[in-house]
Amino acid sequence: MKVLLRFEDVALRRGGRLLFEGLSFELGQGERLQVAGPNGSGKSSLIRLAAGLLRAERGRVERSSLALADDAIALDAELELGRALQFWNPSPEKAMDALGLAHLALAPVRLLSSGQLKRATLARVAASGAPLWLLDEPLNALDADGAKRLGGLVERHLEAGGAVLAASHQRLGGEWRKLELGEGKAA
Amino acid sequence: MIKALILRDTRRGLTGAAWLPIAFFLLVAALVPFAIGPDAKLLSRIGAGAVWIAALTAALLPIERLVEPDRADGFLDQLLLHGIADETIALVKIAAHWLTFGPLLIVAAFPAAALLDIGGEALAQLLLAILIGTPGLAALAVAVAALTAGLPRAGSMAGLLLLPLAVPLLIFGAANALLLEAAVSLLLTAGAPFVAGAAIRASRT
Repeated sequence: MKVLLRFEDVALRRGGRLLFEGLSFELGQGERLQVAGPNGSGKSSLIRLAAGLLRAERGRVERSSLALADDAIALDAELELGRALQFWNPSPEKAMDALGLAHLALAPVRLLSSGQLKRATLARVAASGAPLWLLDEPLNALDADGAKRLGGLVERHLEAGGAVLAASHQRLGGEWRKLELGEGKAA
Repeated sequence: MIKALILRDTRRGLTGAAWLPIAFFLLVAALVPFAIGPDAKLLSRIGAGAVWIAALTAALLPIERLVEPDRADGFLDQLLLHGIADETIALVKIAAHWLTFGPLLIVAAFPAAALLDIGGEALAQLLLAILIGTPGLAALAVAVAALTAGLPRAGSMAGLLLLPLAVPLLIFGAANALLLEAAVSLLLTAGAPFVAGAAIRASRT
């Protein structure tokens, strides 16, 4: 089994506050890990650190190629959804279909609801072909159907040898390893 | 991906009111005869300087649209995750910004020159100076846009940062010292991607 994400004795400080330290874990092929914890405990920061968008104060983070879905949409509002997703991946059709977005391919991004936009960011991740998925609050704004579709995508991704790191304070479908973040300390 | 990004930024620049800085440029140029009076000789003597002041002020208008929307929307983050370095993003933005600003400004320089009674050889020199100076101006605009992205009152901050830094372009452009202007423009174009790239990196929180 190949390790796709490795944290070694990592400490992260944001705005002068130590969010966590001494954090070590590995995420290998076929594994899923949920980062849980109260608001402000550093879940999103951990995801951004894993993505390489933030730098650790101490420790080492090793990562394979990855795709990230967070609250930032990163799709051009004036374009049709299909074209906007094509900027990131030439053929997003399969992923759009898997998330129930196929009928919205010609709808302008600016007219989509927040739930539809959430599905679109997840479709970008699904279409990326990256082995490691980082999902920040993937259930936000998703309805029951969206959550079910996401669950199915995650299952298939794990079977295909991928790994998923998700930050959420909600219960995610399926069996997840848990990583609890608390106030200013590692779990 | 880089080609797609240039096309995308150029498309957004052109559809996102590219005419606004140009209209502003013409308006400032049109104000000069009103302020100075209709003395053709005086106008043609100060004309090139007036055109450059108009160009610098017009360059301020698009700054808030250059980097901040992409930062706030997570676009810059996703580009980095797709393996495009922040410096490359900045370089692409400079190229796309020049494409939506430089050629239009050169076209608009014709009516502006007519308003200021600049003709013949002086007009040709002015157009050449604008052609040489605008890449540096576009690079400066992107660097300042990246430095001020996400700050409150970024627009006013951008003006305070950009105008002093553009003074060398203004001096050599208006004085028709084309080689010196080219040197300044080259320096700005070469340095701005690193400044803007570092600013984008520092803006990630």
